[in-house]
Amino acid sequence: MTSGSTVHVRVPASLRTYTGGRSAVDVDLAELGQEPTIGALLDRLAKTHPDLECRLRDEQRRLRRHVNLFLGNDNVRDLSEQDTPLAAGVEVAVMPAVSGG
Amino acid sequence: MPTLLMIGTRKGLFLARSDDRLAWSLDGPHFPMNSVYAAAMDPRPAASGGSVRLLAGADSEHWGPSVFRSDDLGASWQETEGGAIRFPAETGAALVRTWQLRPAGADQPGVVWAGVEPGALFRSDDGAERFSLVEGLWDHPHREQWMPGGGGLCLHTIMPHASDTDRMLVGVSAAGVYRTDDGGKSWEASNTGIHAWRMPDEHPEFGQCVHKFAGQPDRPDELFLQNHGGVYRSDDFGATWSAIGGNLPADFGFPVAAHPHRPGTAYVYPLVKDEHRMPPHDRCRIYRTSDAGESWEPLDDGLPREHAYVSVLRDALCTDDADPAGVYFGTRSGEVFASADEGTSWTSIVRHLPDVLVVRAAELP
Repeated sequence: MTSGSTVHVRVPASLRTYTGGRSAVDVDLAELGQEPTIGALLDRLAKTHPDLECRLRDEQRRLRRHVNLFLGNDNVRDLSEQDTPLAAGVEVAVMPAVSGG
Repeated sequence: MPTLLMIGTRKGLFLARSDDRLAWSLDGPHFPMNSVYAAAMDPRPAASGGSVRLLAGADSEHWGPSVFRSDDLGASWQETEGGAIRFPAETGAALVRTWQLRPAGADQPGVVWAGVEPGALFRSDDGAERFSLVEGLWDHPHREQWMPGGGGLCLHTIMPHASDTDRMLVGVSAAGVYRTDDGGKSWEASNTGIHAWRMPDEHPEFGQCVHKFAGQPDRPDELFLQNHGGVYRSDDFGATWSAIGGNLPADFGFPVAAHPHRPGTAYVYPLVKDEHRMPPHDRCRIYRTSDAGESWEPLDDGLPREHAYVSVLRDALCTDDADPAGVYFGTRSGEVFASADEGTSWTSIVRHLPDVLVVRAAELP
């Protein structure tokens, strides 16, 4: 359940070893600074769930090439990527790109 | 004693076990859908009452690279914190893949070396739980001029000197061999005698497309090297190299493995260069030298003798540490062959795997 003051991060099954088996992580919007963004959310995850965050971004804080983050129905790559602003109550879904053989 | 064979593939790691090196059992895949380019067995914990530690470098197309270790022979795996190998922010670089994991000798407990893409060397002092960049090589002035080979700009071979911990060689594609004599603080190119493929200067200081080199602990100065065109030997730990491809049917190939004990003995898998890259005469043959490269003999008892178009990647050929030595190789078409008699005869021990990227074998204590 998404709380009005949090960002709800949905995590695919293949990454749940890094969330204690949980399918989602809630992050308090107040932890994301004055202008909450996707980048600030990932910075926060780097502190609370570092092994999850390093699967989403490389050590130069770039989104991994085959990782997609959806804000609602929008891929953040089609918005402002890590500068995409966040509001309370939104859901961010981590999804692996359709790739590989 | 049982033998364990680690088989890294494009879609995970498989473990094969045998009590006689003839009948094998298989389990896996571990890390499914991860490419496992690096696998290693670290015997040092066993010397102090523990288990042989297994190490694997696995990279996911989606979630990036990581290093895993197992202290119960693969029953369970621990992922290293934060992926273990990460470039410092100031380098501007990001890890693509771990190509090589190499435990140091018994006199350096806990030290594990890692070769990665983009071409760099990392060192761990805690048994592969955390790694730090070897800055002496990363800061080398040549590095800006290194060109990636077809497999990427990878540091694929790490060869610590067996009796001098200050000395080490590494191989980078396509930069060549580099050596340190001061424990990694400073490095110099070490390609004297190695031909450079498709370069205006055929013997440059660096830029050789070295595919693999190997040696044996008992004779640390004697090395064998498979180049992108040319097989070489060094008798002075890489200071100079001499061509030894004389009677091979082709001197192109990727892997080379040294016999664990027998002097002057090594194995290669020749391919017709360069756009063909299939075995000569469409026969799957390992070639063995027993006289340090003066001559080579084909070994194909038990291997496909016709319509064989398989290739073997740079880390997909190895020996174990037994006597007589076992020899193993895996193909890009997912078959693994084993020999329990030093390569004289072969058995197919598993088929239909994904592309085999690396094999490593050892007798378990």
